[in-house]
Formats: sequence, C-alpha cells, structure tokens
Amino acid sequence: MEVLYLLIPIALILVLVIGLALFWAIRSGQYEDMEGPAHRILMDDDDPLIPGNREKRDSGDSNPGKRDG
Amino acid sequence: MTGRTDPMPSDAAESGCFHCGLPVPSGAHYPVMFEGRPRETCCGGCQAVANAIIENGLGAYYHHRTGPAGGPGEPLIPDELRELKLFDQPEVQRQFVTDETDRASGRVLREASLILEGITCAACVWLNERHVRALTGVTDFTVNYSTHRARVRWDPELLALSDILEAIRSIGYRAHPYDPGTRDKAFQRERHLALRRLAVAGLGMMQVMMLAVALWLGHGDEEHSALLQFMRWVAAGLTTPVVFYAAVPFFRSAWRDLRHRQLGMDVPVSLAILSTYFASLYSVALGTGEHVYFESVAMFVFFLLTSRYLELMARQRSSQAIDRLDRLIPALATRLTADGRDEQVPVAELAPGDRVRVRPGEPLPADGLVESGESTVNQALLTGEPEPCLRQAGDAVTGGTVNVDSPLVVRVTRVGAETTLAAIQRLLDRAQTDKPRLARLAERGTGHFTAAVLILTTLVGLVWYFWIAPDRAFWVVVAMLVATCPCALALATPVAITTTTGVLSRIGLLLTRGQAVEDMARADVVCFDKTGTLTVGRPEWVATQVLNPGFDGPELLRLAAALERHSEHPLAKALVQAAGDASLPSLQHVRNVAGRGLSGVLDGVELRVGTAGFVGLDEIPEGVRPPDTHAQATSVWMARAGEILGVFWLADQPRPRVRETVQELRELGVEVVLLSGDRPESAAIFAEHAGISEAKGGMTPEDKVHYVSERQARGQIVLMAGEGINDAPVLAGADISLAMGSGTRIAQTQADLVLMSDRLEAIPAAIRQSRDTLRIVRQNLIWAVGYNGVALPVAATGLLTPWLAALGMSISSLIVVGNALRLRREGESLLSDAADRVTLPATVIRPREG
Repeated sequence: MEVLYLLIPIALILVLVIGLALFWAIRSGQYEDMEGPAHRILMDDDDPLIPGNREKRDSGDSNPGKRDG
Repeated sequence: MTGRTDPMPSDAAESGCFHCGLPVPSGAHYPVMFEGRPRETCCGGCQAVANAIIENGLGAYYHHRTGPAGGPGEPLIPDELRELKLFDQPEVQRQFVTDETDRASGRVLREASLILEGITCAACVWLNERHVRALTGVTDFTVNYSTHRARVRWDPELLALSDILEAIRSIGYRAHPYDPGTRDKAFQRERHLALRRLAVAGLGMMQVMMLAVALWLGHGDEEHSALLQFMRWVAAGLTTPVVFYAAVPFFRSAWRDLRHRQLGMDVPVSLAILSTYFASLYSVALGTGEHVYFESVAMFVFFLLTSRYLELMARQRSSQAIDRLDRLIPALATRLTADGRDEQVPVAELAPGDRVRVRPGEPLPADGLVESGESTVNQALLTGEPEPCLRQAGDAVTGGTVNVDSPLVVRVTRVGAETTLAAIQRLLDRAQTDKPRLARLAERGTGHFTAAVLILTTLVGLVWYFWIAPDRAFWVVVAMLVATCPCALALATPVAITTTTGVLSRIGLLLTRGQAVEDMARADVVCFDKTGTLTVGRPEWVATQVLNPGFDGPELLRLAAALERHSEHPLAKALVQAAGDASLPSLQHVRNVAGRGLSGVLDGVELRVGTAGFVGLDEIPEGVRPPDTHAQATSVWMARAGEILGVFWLADQPRPRVRETVQELRELGVEVVLLSGDRPESAAIFAEHAGISEAKGGMTPEDKVHYVSERQARGQIVLMAGEGINDAPVLAGADISLAMGSGTRIAQTQADLVLMSDRLEAIPAAIRQSRDTLRIVRQNLIWAVGYNGVALPVAATGLLTPWLAALGMSISSLIVVGNALRLRREGESLLSDAADRVTLPATVIRPREG
C-alpha cells in the first residue's frame, strides 16, 4: 500500500499536465467550433488526386477566373 | 451524414429543384449536367449557382449535404457588384480589416471576418472553404459551422476583397464583412473563462471521486488510517481550486442577490458549497475523517457549471443570430460638401446637419429628413411591408431602410447610437438579458425552500446541542446541510430548458426567453398573421394575360424584364426573376417614375411598364381579372407607344407545408386562427386553402390585440406568429410570440421565439418539445423535493452517515441531469422527423457509385 504515497502524487502531476493542456486548447480556440471539424475531415474528398478528374477540373475552369492551375 | 446512400429512386428528381429543393415550376427548363445526367433546377439563378459549383469540381457537395441549399440562387445584379466593390475602399476596410505581415514571405496580408448567409449544413462549409481557398492570393479561409462566421486572410496585391465576396456569391452564398468589435471579444472571453472553470471542476471532480471511493470502502479501517488521512488531504487540495476558482461565479451572484436582499438560487448554492467545504476541511484537520464531503462539493460545482455553460452558449448564439442588424447600415456615405461636390466618407464620420446623397438601391446611412428628390423607400426593416412607400421633400426617413427608385438628398438628423436602428438593437440586448420566468419561479421557490431548511436546521442543531448530544450537534447540522443541498433542485429546471433550447435551435427556432417553453406547452390557440408569415412575403409572378395577339407571354415577359431590371422595386424584381436568364434587349432613355413605373425606348418605340394609370389606362378593360387561384394578385401593365400589350399578375405565394403545419397543430389539440389585415374574402380563401377553420380578415393591429385579449380573457393561452411592425403590438400582447426570421427586426425584438429557418413545421415540433420539457421539469422537481423530504428527517435524527448523505445527493443530481437529457434523445428524433420532411426534395441525389 505504501506505493500509493508515490502513485497519488504522480496522478496529481498528471492532472496538472492535463489541466494545462486543456487551458492551452481552450486558448487556441479548439472549442470554438464543435461541429465543423468533424464534418470537415470526412468531406475532404480525393477528387483532385484522380488524374481524370484533375484534367476535367482544369479545363472546366471558368468561374470566377482567378483560380490557380 | 456524409455520402448518404439514398433509397429514393432517382426519378424523384422531377419533384424538386436540384439545387434548392423548391418545386420546379411547370414549363421551366433550366437543366444542369451533373455526373453525366441532366438535372432540373427551378430558375436561372439556381442553374447558374449549380453550374458554378460543378464546374469548379465541387460537385461532391451534392453528395455530402444533408439539407437543401438555403434558398434559390439569385443572379448577381450590377448594383450588387458595385456594392461589393465598395468593400475594397481603404476607408471602408479600416473598419474591419487588420494587416498582418507574413513571417515566411515578408508580404503584408490582410485579415477580415465575414458573416456567411445561406449555410444550411456542414457540406456548405466544405463547399465554401474549398472554393475560396482555391483562389490565388487567399492564404487562409476557415468557416465556423456553429456561428456561420468566417475568417479570411489574403494578399491584397494578388486579389481584392470584393473578388472573394464575389466568388462566395457565385456559389450561392452571401458574405458580409463585419467588425468583430468589442462584443465578440467579450463573448469569447466569457466563453473561455467558463470553459476553463468547467475544466478545473471536471478534473477535480474525477480525481476526488476516485479518492472518495477508496475512502468510503476503507471507512473504519484502523490499519490504514494514515493512508486514508493522506487521501483526505489530497482530496482537500484538489477541491480547493474547484471551490475558489471554478465556483466563483456562484459566490459573486449570491453576493449580488444578498445585497439586493433577495434569496436567489445562488445563495443556497454558495452556502452549500462553502459550508460543506469548510466543514470537511475542519473534519480533516481534526483528523477524525468522519465528515468529509469533498466529492459532493466538486460534483455539485461541475454539474452546475455544465448547465450554466450550455445556457451561456444558447444565449450567445441567439444574440449572434440577431446582430446581423449591424450590416443594414452601409459602410460609406456620399456627403455633399458646401460647394456642392460629392465626397465619400465613412458613415461613422457623419454628423447631424450633414447632407448626404443616396442613390437608388442604397440603404440610408442615418436617420434624416428628405431635402430634395422624390423616391420610394423600402421600409421592410420597420414595417415588414415589402411594398416601398413614397418619400418626398420634408418626409422623415430611417437609417437602414433602402432607397428604391431615384436619388435622394437627405439632411441627417440623428447618427450613431441615437438612430432608430440603434434603439432597436438596444431593445434586443435588453430582451436577451431578461431572465426566464420559469427559472425565476424555481428560484423563488428555492428561496422559500432554503429559508425553511435553514430555520429547521438551526432548530434541530439547537435541540441536539442542548438536549441530546452537544458534541454531535455540529455534524448533524452539516449532514442536514449536505443532504438537503439544493443541488437537484437547482439543476431541475435549467438543465431541461437548456437542453430544449439546443434542440429547438437545431430545427431553426431560437428561444429568446426561457419562459416561452412553459407557455408554449400550454398553448391553446395559435394565431397566424398572413402576409410574410404563412406566405413568403414578397410578390412572385403568377400569370401573364396577353391583350395584343401579336405577342406571346414569354416575349412580353422578356420585354417587361428588360425595363424592370433598371428598378429595385419588389414587383420589378419578381418580373426579372420570372424572365429568368432569357437574353434581355437593352433599352435607351430608361426613366424610373417613383411609385408608378418605368419607361424606355426600344428600336425607336416607347415601352412602358407600371400601374394602369402610368400606361395611360383610365379604366380596366373588360375581361381582365386576376387568375382564379390568386384573387388578390397585383397587376403590372405593359404598353408600347400607348397601346396596351398585356398585364402581368403578381401575388404573394403561401409558404411550403402550410397545410401540414395546420393539420399537425390540430392533432396536438391546438386551435388555429388566421388574423389578417387583408380583405375578409381573401383571408377566407387563403384559410380554406391552408385548412384553417377560423379566419378573420380586415383586421387592424388594434383589432388583433383585441381579439387576442378576448381569447385570453376566456382563460386561453395564445401563441401569435407574425412579422412586421403592424404585428408588434399583438406580438407583445400574446402569451407567446413568434417572429419570422426573415421578417422585420422590430418584430423579432418583441418575440419570445424567432423562426430562423422559416420552416413552419418547426412550430408544432416546438410545441411537442416544450410539452415534453414541462413534463420532465415537473418530474425533476417532484424527485428533488421528495428526496429532500426523506433525507432531511433522517439526517436530523443523526442516522445519516456522511458517505450515505454524499452518495444520495450525487445520485439525486445525476438522476435529474439524466432525466433532462432524455429530452435530447426525444428531441433528436423529432428533429429527424422534421428534417426528413424538409429535405425530401433535396434527397434526389442518387447514391454514390463505387
């Protein structure tokens, strides 16, 4: 049981680290939008990586005239 | 969600517009090619937008989206383009743009905040981000899905801000730069502080709870008493920041209540937190460890903070939704100098007495008096009336209203905070800080409850001290305080209401006052205004009647649109929209006569479009009457060289799903009444169409108020749905008021609910939801009071052991929270019902192959 005298302080340090990480996350705005990123990662489609689509996209380029590529 | 596979056969594509989901008018033919197959859209605007999306390789949007586009696409008119260009001027940009030097390249970049309109689902966010990021010169563009705000960073040497705005416009959304200002920053600070407190309380709670289990199980274990004592000290250390950092808002608000000699909810809450914390600390210091309740303290604080945080988010969201008001005032004004020259100045620099020139299509920069010129002004902001009214020299005009026909010179009378618009905004702010009555009621109840508990506890404590066992008196008192801690009671109402606020906001209904939930659940009668509430609120072309056999309908419409596109009048816009993207001939010598019509010359012949009088008619020719389906239709006449060619009929169309909404309300046992300012006959026709049994026409605002108060006198609870300043009195008089989100701002300031999505079917859904909420609140209150009623006598007899008291309190709080969260589940199914019904036309996309 004596090991608890070591484990509990270690747990306390961990809690402190987690708390600081949370504070940092809050400050860097990670809690500002709780829904968007979840959708964003799912929708990042691979269209431009498919050679056929890439050509189509480059030739069908009309609007608004300021696209790159 | 994403890549949804749709069981619907693709033939269903015939049922609605491929882009916006609205029904495709018969005869309309605006196809777009998508994945090798033609799809029908409802108008030229949608066609253009859908083409822009597909051509830019963003067609996946149609697979990913979960709702139809926010509205039909509208072609970008030249005036609007000019307006967008205004945002490139340095004086204007100064208000919302910040410069930043990019460290990597050393270039100066600009950053601005935008409000995006038209975002309906997460796929819209993806679409916008992909589209804008692909522009050369844009270094960063992120959209916040929750708030519909975006931040854009770009290189001013490569492209202008107006190019970005135009690109967003081309895919069917509208972006407005805005000044994030001090309020947004204050909101963010508030939010971050609340989150940090929540984090501290949450972490503290988890750790203390873990230790508490050990302490409970090891209770009375002599062998490990030193270890248990060590754990108690650790728990004390962990609880200290929870009490002195996380729980501070409760103490502050309790102190404020006490200074005002009130017993609010926060007084007993603070008392419970502090007394339990210090008693536990004292107990640890004594070394007996009999009465340690740190886990109760931490858990209590965490739960309360969670509910407060949700409440805060709901409040901020509703206020952000309404502060679009800001952008009604233009950024720049044209001031006339003493020697009669025009100069462009930022609106903030205007002073009373200045003279400003307002071109057609521009909003007025401030309140003032018309000095010269004659024009019609669209006052929809104040009145909800889409028809512009005539303003001549000497008439007062309001900042934010839109000049329609011809230039005006206006002498400014009020600027900045003194304007009508600013007053409306202040009203709004006040409405939002109002505390919900239900919460207030619960608080008053808690006040009495607390007073009773405190008196009882003191009495029991004295009895123990003098007659039973003086040494145990203190701990009996502590046990009583812990057992009766108003935890569950304090959580019972707010958790349920915040859950419901969240559910409702997802179906597009903003709750501006919590009390509305209570009243809505009890509503007996729903009164609807007609124009703008049950109807779209702006004229749409319904029919053309050709009076000269040499022309056909579409050709006539094309000629009329060629003239009307020079006007901002709603009737003119409706005709231009009806003509779609048919190529329009250009006319010479176009003249716009305010409030009457337009004339122009085509191939040497004069064309006129406007009122009967304007085209030279003294009386309506025989046989000309509105189509049977739209007896109320407005006529617009067309003439060439004095000869009448035909007449267009325009009418306000009913909103989608009016019938279903009325039917559903009936099923809920709610009476539906139509209160309209229109002629009684046309109100009756509309009511019949909508399935409403009782319709009152020809009602003035006073009549409506009278009608509602009569109903109330019979003991009924009335929900009024309306928009426009003419509805403002009746909205204020009704028990619950609901304003349309697209309606007049002043109506929204009065309303308990704002229907942002303009989907009527949200109303019955909201009534169902609020009934559930009330049921849950009642269950919660009964549970909380019942639990306390049992725990108090047990604690008073000294039988309640500390861990039992703490466990009981924690479980009773958990039950209350869990019970309230049931609303969320029910809410989601209600939501998906509503969403399914709404998105029906949009689910025409066939399942993704491969």
